[in-house]
Amino acid sequence: MTRRFSWFNTTSLTLGMAFLYLPILLLIIYSFNASKLVTVWGGWSTKWYSSLLENEAFLEAAWVTIRVAFISATVATFLGTLAAYALVRAGKFRGRTLFTGMVYAPLVMPEVITGLSLLLLFISFGMDRGITTIILAHITFGMCFASVVVSSRLVSFDSSLEEAACDLGCTPVQAFFSVTLPVIAPAIAAAWLLAFTLSLDDLVIASFTSGPGATTLPMKIYSSVRLGVTPEINALSTIMIAVVSLGVILASLAGKRAEISRSET
Amino acid sequence: MAGFSSFAPWDEPGKKPLIEIKSVSKFFGAFEAIHDLSVNIYEREFFAILGPSGCGKTTLMRMLAGFETPTSGQILLDGQNIGPVPPAKRPVNMMFQSYALFPHLTVEKNIAFGLKREGVAAGEISDRITDIMKLVQLTDFGRRKPHQLSGGQRQRVALARALVKRPRLLLLDEPLGALDKKLRQQTQFELMNIQETLGTTFVIVTHDQEEAMTVSSRIAVMNNGEIAQVAPPTDLYEQPSSRFVADFIGEVNIIEGRCAPAARDGISLAWNEGSDDLRIASDATSQIGTTAWLALRPEKVGITKTRPEGTDNAVQGEVIDIAYLGNITTYHVELPTGAIIKAQESNLQRVANRGITWEDTVWVHWSADAGVLLTA
Repeated sequence: MTRRFSWFNTTSLTLGMAFLYLPILLLIIYSFNASKLVTVWGGWSTKWYSSLLENEAFLEAAWVTIRVAFISATVATFLGTLAAYALVRAGKFRGRTLFTGMVYAPLVMPEVITGLSLLLLFISFGMDRGITTIILAHITFGMCFASVVVSSRLVSFDSSLEEAACDLGCTPVQAFFSVTLPVIAPAIAAAWLLAFTLSLDDLVIASFTSGPGATTLPMKIYSSVRLGVTPEINALSTIMIAVVSLGVILASLAGKRAEISRSET
Repeated sequence: MAGFSSFAPWDEPGKKPLIEIKSVSKFFGAFEAIHDLSVNIYEREFFAILGPSGCGKTTLMRMLAGFETPTSGQILLDGQNIGPVPPAKRPVNMMFQSYALFPHLTVEKNIAFGLKREGVAAGEISDRITDIMKLVQLTDFGRRKPHQLSGGQRQRVALARALVKRPRLLLLDEPLGALDKKLRQQTQFELMNIQETLGTTFVIVTHDQEEAMTVSSRIAVMNNGEIAQVAPPTDLYEQPSSRFVADFIGEVNIIEGRCAPAARDGISLAWNEGSDDLRIASDATSQIGTTAWLALRPEKVGITKTRPEGTDNAVQGEVIDIAYLGNITTYHVELPTGAIIKAQESNLQRVANRGITWEDTVWVHWSADAGVLLTA
């Protein structure tokens, strides 16, 4: 069935999309600008991308960001999966609603408050701020997202699958690894990609929890922009947009796979 | 099978049962799901546990599988207490109501799952899979994933996966609940054939009494965590032990009355002042003077417009409802006491002038041995 869009739908869709994506599109186009002046078009060029590769400060920030994102996403997914499993499978225990709420609360907590409270925590523990503290901070919020994604899959997971595995000769631990884990794997992958992407994006919490020598890419971009927008920043931002979009697309594909395997069970 | 073969190990004195459930109780918190239940299940039986939802039948099955442990009492398999044995180590396998097929594995790998866990050699695994897939008619489906199968095919995979382990006891939890009626009936016969071919003991849990009657050698009717009666299907239908069983299995008319000595043999039931006492063929003379109930199946009650001659019991009433079901017609007749008696007639001819219609005054009649006198 083909359905024609009415003129109203077409207009509102166009305006909406333009509002969302025109700025990003402009940024991408200007990253290929040959002129050094950001607002003056000087023809196509990829020279800012190559000059980016020679900018040590940016490269170092990128390396910090990737390490932070990778480690924090991995730990957050692990902890988030455990939390989701406990909350979904432990049945009804006293304070379950409270615990569930507490796992989800950081999702809606203003970032400034999360950042500030973590900063106070690190100071009171006498921890030197640096890459470790950023990783710890990112684990805390990444874990919330991961547990939301994984628990939504676990809720619809037929627990008789695990019983069937036990009935066929597995111990409960073997049943988890040979049945539960493969079935919820797409959701876990989606959770990891989400945590990874969120960590790449984060500016506020990283600013609060970082110290000298640990600057993430969003922090670097933000501080450079205050001195003026350079075409290099545009190029860098374009690369980040590409990485983040890829992460989001992969996460939603993994989510789709989880959806399909859910309808099978 | 029901009553048509001489298979009746429960009547053989000294025969050792495969499963002995000995005064088992199960509490969930303060709720008693199973109350002091004892029953024996014999080798090669097709044993049905039947009951309304919440009667404890699923709990009983889960205790046999090992997913629940009895709060008190023992479950013996071949004389060994299996209470502390985990599900993985019991020679018992279960077919789940949801089938619980592993969605990430193919049909073949689903079936091989249990054998691999057992450490069976690869060659033997593939032989046994080929055999069992032939038995359940799934030969061409080995490489498919569960979501590529129909409901009936999934049911066969679940059956094959449990049977390939060659359990001493196979548990089936509402195995045909997800299938439509035609397929369900066909599958019932397939299950019986498979059970007879392999000689495995089957225990089926169901709330569908037709299914239980069709497949099983004996049925345990459960109510409120207790077994109301254990008997082969024919006995259960014709000799129910209580009003609950009589009412749960099929349709029944219950007439309450007081037992009195009969003029000839049997017992009479005084049920309504001004009406003749009902004659019942029964030797329960010890019941005389007490309240009892006559359980009467509708198909054993006749209906005529004039008072029939030479019948043991005839009661006058008014037709208030007629249910025409094609093969049979059920007449609902209101008696002077206000009670409703259902009388069933088979429609043996395609075109017949039945001559009985709404608000007719009719006679319902039955012989002395048509009903059963119940005391509970």
